[in-house]
Amino acid sequence: MTEKNLVTAIHDTLHDEMAADDRVMLIGQDVGARGGVFKVSEGFMAEFGEQRVIDAPLAESGIVGVAIGMALHGLLPVAEIEFADFIHPAFDQILSEASRMRYRTNGDWGCPMVIRAPCGGGIHGALYHSQSIEAFYAHIPGVKVVMPSTPADAAGLLHTAIADPDPVLFLEHKKCYRLIKGDVPDVPQPTPIGQADVKREGTDLTVVSYGYELHRCLDAAARLEQDEGIHAEVVDVRSLAPLDTETILVSVRKTARAMVVYEDNRTYGAGAEIAATIAERAMFDLDAPIVRIGGPDIPAMPFAGALEHYYMEPEPDHILVAMRDLAHF
Amino acid sequence: MSAQVTETAHGSLGLGVDDLLAMHRTMLTARLIDEAALRQNRMGRAPFVVPVSGHEGCQIGTAWPMRPGIDIWVPYYRDLGVVLVAGMTPEQIFLGLFSKASDPTSGGRQMPSHWSSRGLGIVSHSSPISTQVPHAAGIAYAMKYRNEDGVVASWFGEGATSEGDWHEGLNIASIHRLPVVFICENNEYAISVPQSKQMAVADVASRAEGYGIPGFVVDGNDVLACFRVMKEAHDRARAGEGPTLIECKTYRFLPHTSDDDDKSYRSREEVEERRHHDPIERFATYLVDGGITDRAALQTVHDEVKTQVESAIKAAWDAPDPDPATATRHVFAEDDP
Repeated sequence: MTEKNLVTAIHDTLHDEMAADDRVMLIGQDVGARGGVFKVSEGFMAEFGEQRVIDAPLAESGIVGVAIGMALHGLLPVAEIEFADFIHPAFDQILSEASRMRYRTNGDWGCPMVIRAPCGGGIHGALYHSQSIEAFYAHIPGVKVVMPSTPADAAGLLHTAIADPDPVLFLEHKKCYRLIKGDVPDVPQPTPIGQADVKREGTDLTVVSYGYELHRCLDAAARLEQDEGIHAEVVDVRSLAPLDTETILVSVRKTARAMVVYEDNRTYGAGAEIAATIAERAMFDLDAPIVRIGGPDIPAMPFAGALEHYYMEPEPDHILVAMRDLAHF
Repeated sequence: MSAQVTETAHGSLGLGVDDLLAMHRTMLTARLIDEAALRQNRMGRAPFVVPVSGHEGCQIGTAWPMRPGIDIWVPYYRDLGVVLVAGMTPEQIFLGLFSKASDPTSGGRQMPSHWSSRGLGIVSHSSPISTQVPHAAGIAYAMKYRNEDGVVASWFGEGATSEGDWHEGLNIASIHRLPVVFICENNEYAISVPQSKQMAVADVASRAEGYGIPGFVVDGNDVLACFRVMKEAHDRARAGEGPTLIECKTYRFLPHTSDDDDKSYRSREEVEERRHHDPIERFATYLVDGGITDRAALQTVHDEVKTQVESAIKAAWDAPDPDPATATRHVFAEDDP
């Protein structure tokens, strides 16, 4: 085990995957000499060469489209979208092409590829460097969507994503990159896609979350336990699609209280799917209505500190307050 | 850099009599499949047909230098002639037209004419336009990285060149001097929109200059001229000299699809005049005038192909439909049986 932050865990895992298999390629903007704007590929070009670490022209649809072509011809491309906010020109390539290649050919062709995209707010990124995009893609059958929240999960999920025979959208929360540290196994431990993880055990309520919000939920749960004796169980979904409904339902049936916390705009977000699943399948196990906390339904995260703070935390300790209210319902 | 290509004589092309006759037979096969498919549509047995008639010269001409088993084909939906050269059989074409379980493109999932066959090296494509162009670049990138001898060819219409993906694919392919040939089948209309409303230039090929690659305009109704310019592009790709953009000037004799009414945007006089430049008749005349064959032999070929198409229709029509229980399969690899 070695303690690393999240971005270092991604760097090291991607490095090891490229070193182990010459089919693994990296294509994206500034991934070469610059080593990526977040330094995920620092040193890669020198070690693996320009052919495998491809500084792409400024064209997101082309980056994903070329990666699809590579995947169709035996390579294992990792396409980096510099910021998730810029992925939208590639939406058609992901929706109409990558996600449907296997289905539309009756299993004849497949697209083994990873699309990495740094996402999320709270880093003074404003409208176009803060966005949560997971709901758009989790809605598409044929694409897997994961968002690790700890360095160990980042390493394990990236390892699994590169080995996966189908397209995986690998979302990296920027605020977690250097803030979140943790032990990472020195030998890769695959983290299965589609498996949630109980990050904190508890008996009084279940909090389902992912990304940076997960850490705020864990923080609130620790304080509630210490100060008020409320024991919250915190489930990290890790994989938005496919969603591990069983782990969520087992927890909810145990605690009889459920809350979903996510950073994306509240309406039609991933929390809606999770809440609906709980309502459909565990309604009679619940002692309280499901609580859903999402970002405000404004077009995007504003820049000014006070405005950004409103997006991330509209009222002081709003997650903790909601958890307490739910526990006492 | 864009040049006109008009030469038709086969002598300098390395094509023997057998090649010429096989090319003619393939063009005729495409035409007779097309006409038969539309009859099936009118009979209510084929809900959707994408006609090819008029494009046979540029399709067979540009497909012919490709090497089945080595090169990769990235066509679009009008490329019946291209996939015949790649090795798809008339029966397989009709299995797709009737959306049967054994349709090689998709087992009846896609609309007809959305070609695919991994075994033949034909890459699946969708209905959104030009999305396959970056795929062609990516496949060519993989070939170059692997030091393979292969060449990728991608076909599209002139309307496709307005799409961002078209530009992005050509740009990346040109930056890396990838072994790929881009072939525009310019039939002057993107469904109903004429070229004058699609672009402000006379020739798609002139755009090659913007990518630093050679661009050629060729008479798309002259199968041998199309062959020659493609053969040279294919050779350049294999020699590591990068992509070529070929523009074949041609014409679509029939509506865009069986659901289109082209009378709303093209006069009958215009279509009739263009039929006088039929690439199949033009090639037949070349073969007869050159003493390579005669009209009686060509009639025999016509009859043979017609019989082959009719038996393909019967076999395909009698093939089983997809099992509804299979509709949820192949979303992910782990779903595969």
